[in-house]
Amino acid sequence: MDDLTQTFKPLDWQIKKSWKFSKLADPRLQSTYVPYKQYNQRQRISKAQNRLVVTCSLLILCMMAIFLRLTEVILWKGTTQIRTTSPVDTNLPIVKRADIVDRNGVILATSLPTYSLYANPREMLDKKDAVEKLMRVFPDLDYQQLLSRLNSDRSFVWVRRNLSPAQSQIVWRLGIPGLQFIQEEKRGYPLGALLAHVVGFADVDNKGLSGIERSFDEYLTNSTDPLRLSIDIRLQHIIRQELTETIKQFTAVGGVGVLMDIRTGEILAMVSLPDFDPNNPANATSDELFNRPILGVYEMGSTFKIFNTALAIDSGVVSITDQFDAQGPLHVGGFKIHDFNPINRLLTVPEIMLHSSNIASARMAMKVGTERQKIFLEKLGLLDPVSVELMETAKPLYPKTWRDINTMTIAYGHGIAVTPLHLIVGVSAIVNDGKYYAPTLIARSSRNINVIRQVISPQTSRQVRDIMRLVVEKGTGKKADVAGYYVGGKTGTAEKQVAGLYQKDARLASFVSVFPIYEPRYALLVMVDEPKPNASSQGFATGGWVAAPTAGRIIQRIAPVLNILPTEKLPLLTSDNYATSQTGLVNLNGEE
Amino acid sequence: MEQVTNYKIFNRTDRSLLNLWWWTVDRWTIAALFLLLFIGGFMNISVSGATGGRIGLDTFYLARHHLVMIPAAIFIMLFFSFLSVRHLFQAAMIILAGSIFLTLVTPFIGSEIKGAKRWIRLVGFSLQPSEFIKPTFAIATAWLLARQSLHISDWKKFLSSWGFSLILYGFIIFLLIRQPDLGMAFVISITWFAQLFFAGLHRGWVLFLLISGILGLIAAYTFLPHVAARVDRFLNPEAGDNFQVNQALQAFSSGGLYGKGPGEGVVKKNIPDAHSDFIFAVIGEELGLIACILVVALYGFIFLRGTSRLLREDSLFVVLASAGILISFTIQAMINIASAINLIPTKGMTLPFISYGGSSMIAISMAMGMLLSLTRQRLGETEQL
Repeated sequence: MDDLTQTFKPLDWQIKKSWKFSKLADPRLQSTYVPYKQYNQRQRISKAQNRLVVTCSLLILCMMAIFLRLTEVILWKGTTQIRTTSPVDTNLPIVKRADIVDRNGVILATSLPTYSLYANPREMLDKKDAVEKLMRVFPDLDYQQLLSRLNSDRSFVWVRRNLSPAQSQIVWRLGIPGLQFIQEEKRGYPLGALLAHVVGFADVDNKGLSGIERSFDEYLTNSTDPLRLSIDIRLQHIIRQELTETIKQFTAVGGVGVLMDIRTGEILAMVSLPDFDPNNPANATSDELFNRPILGVYEMGSTFKIFNTALAIDSGVVSITDQFDAQGPLHVGGFKIHDFNPINRLLTVPEIMLHSSNIASARMAMKVGTERQKIFLEKLGLLDPVSVELMETAKPLYPKTWRDINTMTIAYGHGIAVTPLHLIVGVSAIVNDGKYYAPTLIARSSRNINVIRQVISPQTSRQVRDIMRLVVEKGTGKKADVAGYYVGGKTGTAEKQVAGLYQKDARLASFVSVFPIYEPRYALLVMVDEPKPNASSQGFATGGWVAAPTAGRIIQRIAPVLNILPTEKLPLLTSDNYATSQTGLVNLNGEE
Repeated sequence: MEQVTNYKIFNRTDRSLLNLWWWTVDRWTIAALFLLLFIGGFMNISVSGATGGRIGLDTFYLARHHLVMIPAAIFIMLFFSFLSVRHLFQAAMIILAGSIFLTLVTPFIGSEIKGAKRWIRLVGFSLQPSEFIKPTFAIATAWLLARQSLHISDWKKFLSSWGFSLILYGFIIFLLIRQPDLGMAFVISITWFAQLFFAGLHRGWVLFLLISGILGLIAAYTFLPHVAARVDRFLNPEAGDNFQVNQALQAFSSGGLYGKGPGEGVVKKNIPDAHSDFIFAVIGEELGLIACILVVALYGFIFLRGTSRLLREDSLFVVLASAGILISFTIQAMINIASAINLIPTKGMTLPFISYGGSSMIAISMAMGMLLSLTRQRLGETEQL
């Protein structure tokens, strides 16, 4: 027992007096040793034992809780919130990107599950052999590049993204160690080039790079509900087909076709040619990727006379019966303004539109004044980027200091460059009783219409509509008329500016039309970029000869799709009221 | 025939050391502990490939190291169970002093694992000295509490009995929080409190200590960010990363009643601590609900069996010491299991005798050996210390 006492000596320093351990060393004390009997050891033991029993029941309660919870977790798994993580791909959650559909639910963009192949070079046994085997499946792989990447000290090397099921099965069967698949999804565009510019495309990581895919990237990533566009793919198809035909016919470089619902501001079709296949955007040229209706700014030419006329009448300065001198050319500070078809006499306001006189338009604009013109164009949204749900929008170009010469040229659509969408949205507002709607590419109910701004009075609107009908019935837009649908419109032929000089042979032929004109429902803009004159157009390449016939053919085909019945008799006005004789306009519905 | 032979070997009349041991030791507890060791060996073989493979070890590394430890654990357990109460007490005090010293120096010579310094390397072994404090401190406390009644007015008598235990307790807790090893501090606190309770602590004091324990937990929540994070994640599972717990729950539910079969589980590939803190989830997935209930029942059985032996005991020291060891053993198992099934916030604690862990298993087998020694039937009065 000595060693014990020695071992515990260090404790002795504090409790020496009550330290009775040493007694144990004395064997004589062993039998009689009851050191603290005064404290009733027996009683304490039985208390301890009682409390032990209490603890036992506590433990049994604990075990019951564990049993219950175990049963719950194992047999009623629904009651616990278990995050279902895939046991294989713990770090790569698959996000399903939402579909994009047209207004009728036709799929424009969707996501397909694919398998992507990667390699873990650290697990590969024979890299050369692996690459050779892979080359047999994917002959276009770069042998040297892949081998050098596999030889680098990495544990993750992409081999090929988005394999088809058949390809992944073949690779699977190769049985090369270190090759792994990750489930991914690939964006697919079943309609190909048909709506390429509007829908846009996403990159290999499913990030939207252009079009709706880009502007709605966040929505598409987070939502599972499809995004419904205002586009009607049937109308889009008709317009694209007719425009393609016209471009071929006149060996033009490109074209634009936009169809808008005047009453809601919805864009029903938006064609930009040339276009590209969004399933393979890498092969597209920058010209093909260029979305002309919203990204291209052009001097629109005579179609701007709609705005000029509307402004003149609405300002109250000019009456529809006023006459303006169209004798030319008009000399303004070193510039000369010509007419394409010189009439060389006084013209009434409708006649100015009918004959598309630049000289008379310029004179009319001067009477209205620079300040009014500027405010009016601003109200029509022609001086700001058009607000539509795409990020690729261009800023209009207009003179910084607005002098008289600018006012005069802008009257007939030169000296200001806007996008085609600007033009059609402006024209829609003019014919829609002066109510300006912001355009949209997203399907909306008629109750949910964005910005409404009154740009002209309804009376002015009706007079402009009458004049636009006159242009199609008697003027430059004759070839756009479709029996029974009462098309109204305005032609435009702008000379394109290249390096600051107007080119005689590079034109932009356009036609903006509204139908049915007595109750405007739809606005259609057709633009053909650099058409070459040919025999069918009798040597012309103007809006009236190139764009107007295309618009006519399109309206003929889309009107039934739009559920518009042809009308036999014009209900409210007859264009005969505008007898355009040498004496000018004689009657105006008895209102003026 | 077999029984006859047995009868000859373990003859009740034979007073040899081995024979005396066989007839006095708690053979049912030994059987339960052996069963736990068997399950542990089995499960470690199962998780070895997945866990060892992930941390870059040979796939059989963990299994090998665990299986080697089992005979050592059995030897240590049996060795301590042969000791008389007095020798046991002496050995425990030497080990306690040694462990406290090593815990004291661990921050200076220890190696850091997962942000805490708990381990030191000793003759080729990674040793967590605080593991050895658990049972030996329980024995020291039992001795100190048994010496005097708790109701003492004499300052010196107080210091020589449970007052000294209080000082020792405070010092050990200080050492553990310094590491930090809050799990161990918690288990030692519960054990110490239970021993005071068994030793006849007045109800008012029990209430007071319970409240201060709760306050201590609140303080840990308030001042220790990692404790707060775990509790928050438990209370609001959506708030943070509950990866291990979610994986564990999934494992249980995929295991079902009978399990997927030994070695068939997949969760061990995803849970980093599948071999230690979450081995119960692997049992759930591979062996099913019935095996889980069996494991919980085994721990419960060991506690109840030990308690039933203590109800016939007439030495206060033995009652308090055995109860302390039993409590620390059982509470550790229950905390581990409750964490794995998301009944309480996760607390890194191994499942005694089943989880992988060299030094922890040695410490636990030592504790169990001490328990077996203490609960041996003694003829007549217990020999006095």
